[in-house]
Amino acid sequence: MTHPSRFQRYAPPVVVFFAVIILWEVLVDVLNIQRFLLPAPSVIAEAFFRTFSVIMNSAAYTIRSAVIGFLVGAGAGMLVALATARWTTMREGLMPFAIALNSVPIIAFAPIMNNWFGSTNPMSKIMIVAIITFFPMMINMVRGLTLVEPAKIELMRSYATTPLEVLTKVRIPNSLPYLFNALKVCSTLALIGAIVGEYFGGPRESLGVYILQEAQLFRFDNAWAAIIISALLGIAFYLIILAAERIAIPWHASVDRR
Amino acid sequence: MPPVVSLKNVNKIFGPAERPTTIALKDINLEIQPREFISLIGPSGCGKSTLLRTIGDLIEASSGEVMVNGKPARQARINREYGMVFQAPVLFEWRTVLKNVELPLEVMGVPKAERTRRGREMLRLVELQNFERHYPWQLSGGMQQRVAIARALAFRPELLLMDEPFGALDEITRERMNAELLRIWHETQTTVVFVTHSIPEAVFLSTRVAVMSARPGRISDIITIDLPYPRNVETREHPRFFELVTMVREALRKGEEMKE
Amino acid sequence: MEVALSAPTRPIRRVPPTLAVILVIAALAVTWELIKLVFNLDKRTLPHLWEIADAFVQPSRRNGPPLISVLLEAALYTLRGALLGFFIGAALGFVLGTIFAHFPLLERSLVPYVVASQTVPILAIAPMVVIWLRGSWWSVPVIAAYLTFFPVTINTLRGMRSPDPRAVELMHSYAASTWQTLWKLRFPSALPAIFTALKIAATASVVGAIIAELPSGIQQGLGGAILNFNQYYITGPERLWAAIFMAALVGILLFVAVSLIERIVLRNIVRAA
Repeated sequence: MTHPSRFQRYAPPVVVFFAVIILWEVLVDVLNIQRFLLPAPSVIAEAFFRTFSVIMNSAAYTIRSAVIGFLVGAGAGMLVALATARWTTMREGLMPFAIALNSVPIIAFAPIMNNWFGSTNPMSKIMIVAIITFFPMMINMVRGLTLVEPAKIELMRSYATTPLEVLTKVRIPNSLPYLFNALKVCSTLALIGAIVGEYFGGPRESLGVYILQEAQLFRFDNAWAAIIISALLGIAFYLIILAAERIAIPWHASVDRR
Repeated sequence: MPPVVSLKNVNKIFGPAERPTTIALKDINLEIQPREFISLIGPSGCGKSTLLRTIGDLIEASSGEVMVNGKPARQARINREYGMVFQAPVLFEWRTVLKNVELPLEVMGVPKAERTRRGREMLRLVELQNFERHYPWQLSGGMQQRVAIARALAFRPELLLMDEPFGALDEITRERMNAELLRIWHETQTTVVFVTHSIPEAVFLSTRVAVMSARPGRISDIITIDLPYPRNVETREHPRFFELVTMVREALRKGEEMKE
Repeated sequence: MEVALSAPTRPIRRVPPTLAVILVIAALAVTWELIKLVFNLDKRTLPHLWEIADAFVQPSRRNGPPLISVLLEAALYTLRGALLGFFIGAALGFVLGTIFAHFPLLERSLVPYVVASQTVPILAIAPMVVIWLRGSWWSVPVIAAYLTFFPVTINTLRGMRSPDPRAVELMHSYAASTWQTLWKLRFPSALPAIFTALKIAATASVVGAIIAELPSGIQQGLGGAILNFNQYYITGPERLWAAIFMAALVGILLFVAVSLIERIVLRNIVRAA
């Protein structure tokens, strides 16, 4: 496969971006699309700057729930994986159930959390985010700790190492790419969990409630501006993890060589 | 001086005792003296890798006695008396070349400065001193296998167990690696047990070749290789080399016929 | 290699799967009740499991049908929207992924956005979709399709690119047409990746269907049921729990269904480690 140059790589998406924006603007104008269906990009941009401080205020609340929940959930998932990696039979028996639980629409538990902690209490969102991020982290981490080339274990055995050394020198480094994959998945899930959890009820100053409220009040330009902010937040969250990955596992640059 | 490896009536059966699925090794008797280079050769499934792993206590024999340096194989493993090289290099992709060579030293608690010194020395031995900061994926297959050899030798084991280490390499690289291995063997004065399915490789490298046959896996013949040292490119064109290759080939064929 | 690699071979006692399921469910139930006992939680925090079980057979409202039939109906309603969206999204994703795999310029122009969309909380857009469709039932399958579409597109593209280059060269040597290479080589090699995406999408489509019901004010589905019973949580917490259990069941069912189909379809494809 030929490797496209930098220009060939970045030009098309940039062209598409501007083409879509211009087309959108023109179509809204020419076809006279009503504002409630789709506001023009210029209108959204205007709303974006007008309401920026309000949105950022709401976003701050949502980010806090997402980040704390993420740390709690992903951290717990990691610890459980590390603790169970030793007991093969138990782990193999329980993995299918963890995977099944991961397929539960966990967001449906948001009302319970609201009832437990109160819908305006950040704990209710933190908990739902923690539960949502727990399973992908645990499942990925268990895979990373166990899907080790058997010859590596055999090599360590030939050195007569302790199980602890096998864990620290083989299993944990082996799990790092899986860990970062899970972190990427969890970062998106954390924001979804926080925002959608707020759809079930939350304080007025939060992104989910803001989007819902502005949409119901027919202030769609404001709603769109908030959606764009949440998208940017998602991308920023993801990029932070990507950067951490670059620093933590430079040897896995193998992924980027393709 | 006791033999480095001594096998007495070793059997290995896979599957439950009451319903054995494969007899991998049957009545293996073999003594390997210090400074020997022994090759185990045979068709796929003859148990040569199983035998090698039994010596290294990576697999337990079902019955019989496996002694290494006059001790049970398990004790020798715990004392870290042998180095192991696999068919795949089995390098840790998260470690640099130097760190990979240092791995066994790290496990054995050698202080850092000494580790680095010894690691560099080993990389010089396999002529990779300019690659110590590289990651495994940046090296070719032959270079990776040289790192694996350096790692196996890093703690100066008296015994080197090699499981088809050059099996995945092309013929040209393989011949160069053979010559290099002989040089290293001379320099380090190590005893080597070498699994291969290449007849010329076995003849070129070994002091003795143990011919194995399959189902059940057993040693059907042992051929002493009396080629002079130093062995080099000319050795491969020596008439005696061809005679020995023919001898091993016929021994292999005879082993197969005995089965039928 | 002719050698079994794991060192000392210990016999692995296999627990029959049905028994394992029963055991794990029993363990979860015991844990539930233990937590309730140890932390002395009242009914409003954590009802007894038997209270939830009982709620299923009690009338959902005065003189109404039992809750279980109400919830089953709601589950079917939501499942219908989720499934329709799942099929539409999967079909669309497959077609687009295939097109991207064959037209590099399109791939370079559009795939960055498909990838970026994976990092974005796309469910945030649900209220807008509901507005576009004026709160009709179609917002349910549309959002479900939307959530299915992205992972299927990306994994189809990756899967179609996965065959060994030598296998592609082999097809070239037969002068096979692009279609033949697609159906005989690329599609079979893409199947494992596609199924991975479908399993993710199975859950996502159920989530999407439930969430879509919230802003559109649809009452007949599980989302509506959850919102409804949430209002009466103080007097009857077990009914909200029952509705959530039903939602969980739908999610697991769809996932298990896709996994079973995967197992049947891929049974002859040995995956290299």
